[in-house]
Amino acid sequence: MFAFGIPRSGSSTFGLSTSRDFFQIPPVTVPTVGTVTVVAILLVVLAVVAHLFVDRGATGKVPLWLAAVFAVLFLFLFLTWAAAGLRSVPIPGLLIGSLALATPLIFGSLGGVIGERAGVVNVAIEGQLLFGAFSAAVVGSATHQPLVGLLAAVVGGVLVSWVLAAFAIKYLVDQVIIGVVLNVLVTGLTNFLYSKVLVADPALNSTHRFPRMPIPLLSDIPIIGPVLFQQTIITYLMYVAVFLTWYMLFKTRWGLRVRAVGEHPQAADTVGIKVQRTRFWTVSIAGAVAGIGGAYYTLDAVSSFGKEMTNGAGFIALAAVIFGGWHPIKAALAGLLFGFATNLQSTLGIIGSPVPSEFLLMLPYVITIFAVAGLVGQSRSPAADGKPYIT
Amino acid sequence: MSAQPPSGSAGALPAEPGRAPSAEPGREAPAANRILREIFSGGAVVTVLAVVLALLIAGVLIAATDSGVQAAFGYFFAQPGDSFLAIGNAVGGAYSSLFQGSIYNFMRPGFLNGIKPLTETLTFATPLIVAGLGVALAFRVGMFNIGGRGQILIAAAVAGWISWSFPMPFFIHALVATIGAIVGGALWGGIAGLLKARTGAHEVIVTIMLNYVAFYLISFMLRTPGALQSAGSNNPKSPAALPTAVYPKLSDLITLFGGGPTTFRVNAGFIIAILATIFVWYIVNRSSLGFRFRAVGENPRAARVAGINVNMVYILAMVLSGGLVGLAGADQVLGSTPSGFSSGVDAGIGFDAITVALLGRSRPWGVFFSGLLFGALKAGSYTMQASEQIPIDIVLVVQSVIVLLIAAPPLVRTVFHLPKPGIQPRTRRTAGVVTK
Amino acid sequence: MKLQLRGITKRFGALVANDHIDLTVGSGEIHALLGENGAGKSTLMNVLYGMYPADEGEVLLDDVIQHFTGPGDAMSAGIGMVHQHFMLIPVFTVAENVILGHEPTRAGGRLDLAAARAKVREISSRFGFDVDPDAVVEDLPVGVQQRVEIIKALSRDAKVLIFDEPTAVLTPQETDELMGIMRQLKAAGTSIVFITHKLREVREVADRITVIRLGKVVGDAPPTASNAELASMMVGRAVELMIEKDPERPGAEALVVEDLSVIDHNDQYVVSHVSFSVRAGEVLVIAGVQGNGQTELTEAIMGLQPRIEGKISLNGHELSGRSTHGVLDAGVGFVPEDRNEDGLIAEFTIAENLMLDRSSSAPFVRAGSLQLGVLQEFAEQKLTEFDIRAQGIDSLVGQLSGGNQQKVVLARELSRELRLLVAAQPTRGLDVGSIEFVHTRIIQARDAGIPVVVVSTELDEVVALADRIAVMFRGGIVGIVPGDTSRETLGLMMAGEVPAEAAA
Repeated sequence: MFAFGIPRSGSSTFGLSTSRDFFQIPPVTVPTVGTVTVVAILLVVLAVVAHLFVDRGATGKVPLWLAAVFAVLFLFLFLTWAAAGLRSVPIPGLLIGSLALATPLIFGSLGGVIGERAGVVNVAIEGQLLFGAFSAAVVGSATHQPLVGLLAAVVGGVLVSWVLAAFAIKYLVDQVIIGVVLNVLVTGLTNFLYSKVLVADPALNSTHRFPRMPIPLLSDIPIIGPVLFQQTIITYLMYVAVFLTWYMLFKTRWGLRVRAVGEHPQAADTVGIKVQRTRFWTVSIAGAVAGIGGAYYTLDAVSSFGKEMTNGAGFIALAAVIFGGWHPIKAALAGLLFGFATNLQSTLGIIGSPVPSEFLLMLPYVITIFAVAGLVGQSRSPAADGKPYIT
Repeated sequence: MSAQPPSGSAGALPAEPGRAPSAEPGREAPAANRILREIFSGGAVVTVLAVVLALLIAGVLIAATDSGVQAAFGYFFAQPGDSFLAIGNAVGGAYSSLFQGSIYNFMRPGFLNGIKPLTETLTFATPLIVAGLGVALAFRVGMFNIGGRGQILIAAAVAGWISWSFPMPFFIHALVATIGAIVGGALWGGIAGLLKARTGAHEVIVTIMLNYVAFYLISFMLRTPGALQSAGSNNPKSPAALPTAVYPKLSDLITLFGGGPTTFRVNAGFIIAILATIFVWYIVNRSSLGFRFRAVGENPRAARVAGINVNMVYILAMVLSGGLVGLAGADQVLGSTPSGFSSGVDAGIGFDAITVALLGRSRPWGVFFSGLLFGALKAGSYTMQASEQIPIDIVLVVQSVIVLLIAAPPLVRTVFHLPKPGIQPRTRRTAGVVTK
Repeated sequence: MKLQLRGITKRFGALVANDHIDLTVGSGEIHALLGENGAGKSTLMNVLYGMYPADEGEVLLDDVIQHFTGPGDAMSAGIGMVHQHFMLIPVFTVAENVILGHEPTRAGGRLDLAAARAKVREISSRFGFDVDPDAVVEDLPVGVQQRVEIIKALSRDAKVLIFDEPTAVLTPQETDELMGIMRQLKAAGTSIVFITHKLREVREVADRITVIRLGKVVGDAPPTASNAELASMMVGRAVELMIEKDPERPGAEALVVEDLSVIDHNDQYVVSHVSFSVRAGEVLVIAGVQGNGQTELTEAIMGLQPRIEGKISLNGHELSGRSTHGVLDAGVGFVPEDRNEDGLIAEFTIAENLMLDRSSSAPFVRAGSLQLGVLQEFAEQKLTEFDIRAQGIDSLVGQLSGGNQQKVVLARELSRELRLLVAAQPTRGLDVGSIEFVHTRIIQARDAGIPVVVVSTELDEVVALADRIAVMFRGGIVGIVPGDTSRETLGLMMAGEVPAEAAA
């Protein structure tokens, strides 16, 4: 916070629409010093309110909306400060890019949430994303059908999760170990096949990407329309997946049983729930969801597979799982935040801001360290997370 | 998440309540019988078979992606023999070049030239061994150090900085730079230990995240003039180490004592690896500190009741673990590539170290030999790539399959129809792993 | 519903936990299954409940042979179980816990929580329980959690209800209320299997009693049988828990505890304002029902509780505020309550366990190095002295029997120069022979002039060892009475009442 005390004179400009938009909104320019001061005061007020919630509130928790408002204001403050006296910050572009970058993260984190709710720690999200991307690329290219490629990504994710499930559930191997090793295995396998097969036969590595499908009316809403509703099918699937994961986990019989198995497997066993079977299929579903995230790389972002192209996204997704407190919606929001941070660094680079991009890229990881150390937000993992159930 | 340390005594479950002591001399099997059984059910055979099985699986991959094999299968029913011949060629060629690249090359004239691949193996094995020791030490305390990458990066930065910024006499310079690396790795590892001790933050998550923090930090410094960037360069690369800080090649040492002129890359880092192995063996098996480490690793509650400062053990273990991993960073910038480094200086060693520690079952000498094995695979893979066009990434596959297999001994036993070990079968415990 | 077990046999490796057990429970009958810890009662019930497959024998319900492959089968056949360690999900609500496994749903698999709440309310009102269906289980007191377990079983229309050691965590009042509930259930036609090792409860509520010992049925008894008869059936010989001991020769006050309180992580006072003292050469037994602060009290003495108030001193030196290491160095020997979790490291050898709490100083460590020769000699000697039955000092402790494990703990603690011995539940789960050994050793320590604090929940043990008795209830000491106080008085005190004679 003190860094913002460094005076940055002039004004900050925010572009609010792209040239293609139906509604054209003029860019907004604000005086930097005044805005920073006002917003900073607002943030302090919000922090005090949050403190009161913790002290007085029945739940002792900061409500989600408060945290969200705080995060948005904070980012606005940061942008105003960072963009002072530079070219206009293209807000829609920034947000569209953030959502795009966040899409695989959110799928990955949903996969993490689902598996860990059933008590199986998933450090192999990276592997599932990577293998999903690879499968989607190869099958999508071979069939020239992106939808078939998407299906292949699902299968790829499930295959990785089956190895995880088999070793974790049947052979009781430590789940972190399998996760780490699976990442190495998938990296090695896809690198090998890429160099040996895809390079030799480029026809196997050029997909038809999913087209953007603007949703009528919704996509014409100023600012949020282009951001949310001019996307590809994978992003729309992501909206559905977030809602469905939440609904299934917390509102249905299946979800109650999955959570029971993740909290206290023995208790679940004594009421006739098959713990191992439940875990196995839940982990499979988790793999399928993460696999879709992998498809984003080769069917949406670009049209070919590249070595280790997920580049640590699986670990950011893992961070989102933890920062999101093992809750699908919060994890998705965390994924959005992390996607935003990642995209912000390239946007700031474009407008020539002096903030070193590496520190923005570091942000998700640093936030997560603070989160697990209990310094920001208290989260509680499923009680039996990572613990094998011995029958 | 509970990181069950994969030590050799796996399977030592708490006995059933009231289980009679097994000391019944009359009913015991003959000793020879028992020893055979132990060998065939124990860790050694499982390890060897896991390596064999992993090489077989990799062989299948190599054969399946080999153009010759694919061509021969095109007319399989006309001449099935050709297909098998092609498989033999592909796999045989791959593994003979693996051998030639890692142990001995019969094509080259003279023993010193022929044995050069083995010295390459030692070169590749050096950072794997020291980093593997670090990971293994943490395992013995029940902690999972996945932060090798970050620790190596920080250690390399510190060692590198000392190596080009402060001229010092020969040997002392290398020593100081190495100590710097140890301190750097120890600090970066220590963060995870400190956070675990103070706040209960799980070291798996913290070390994973610290990898990326270190990566971006070092990336930033490598492109920032005045930090780690080489002066007058635009590339994100560091300056070269001063010659005084570079680990001497073992062949140069031999030359000093009158040996023939050779050009082996293997350097004093390997001596450090041997010393480190002895050091870790002493710490774990013979020191008071190691006793406390193991006690905390096996049962932190009992350790605490016995007056052991568990939190201090967590911190010390991660500091030591990070320090050992840091040695790998020193080896990278002072040993194998002293010509300056980039942000890829860890070269995957941080993750390889985990597999090395697992294959070595967290025993110091086990880690030493598994480091040699993986070093051999790495060295050989370059030859394999050059002569047989097999991507080096096949090593990652072999490595991870080996570790998956040894982590699940029952799987290997099923594959090879081995007898079950003599310990009693797992039975359902009403209160145990799950309810804790 | 009539329940029959015929020739049930269950083996764990070489151990026969159940050896051809026959048992018949009539409809609407309360049948007590009485036996020592480790006699095989819980194993038998887990077989009945489908948790373990039986190696031999069969289960019949109303004369029909049942084949259970898991608890689900047993439940749908009408068997319910109230587990000793509650099988409740702490973060779920009462309603969610009750419906788990047979959830009422609406279209699309959506949970019908309204129906669940109604069910909980209906059963609660039937038995006069006051349970809020929307309360989160982990926030409820232990007694209420047990009722949730009962509601859970009843919501599945259980006709046979198994209570596994249900009173272990209850106060005497709660126990009495539970007895009332059992009678109510019986009146409603439910058959009840009541597993316990407490004689009083059995005689109060049971219609019939089956005693098992070492995995075998040793006989039936009517509820009119005397304590002595039942006890001798349980242990196989006339019980002689009173050990031979000379009258105490108390010396100066050694351990002084003044106004001690322990605060847990929920900011609750689990021990509140406790004061007592122990003289050299006397045994003070801290009696009470499990969970009334005894564990936390011993942990506070040992420096294992982070938040304490008040003062603990030994021979005039302050103990409170020291680390566990410091307390051990001050000459305090500690036999923890849970030897597997707290006292021993199963994967360590006997020798290693013997040096566990002297891991950083002489005689086993010099200049940071282990003195393996010294340790070996020491371990060999203790193996003989304490009659630890094992193949050798390099046997893993996890492979020893409970009695031998406890001997390792005692050998370790009694081999130091002690100024105080704290033993928490030192004979829990041990066979009679080992109990005798442990008691003898404790009295020997007393006679050597060491002040001894023993925590025990078993009245027999309390009476056998105590020179004086401090009774704890809800974190406080109800009173400190002489060792020969009557069992009736002690029982009342354990329920929190202060009898006139104790107050005097």
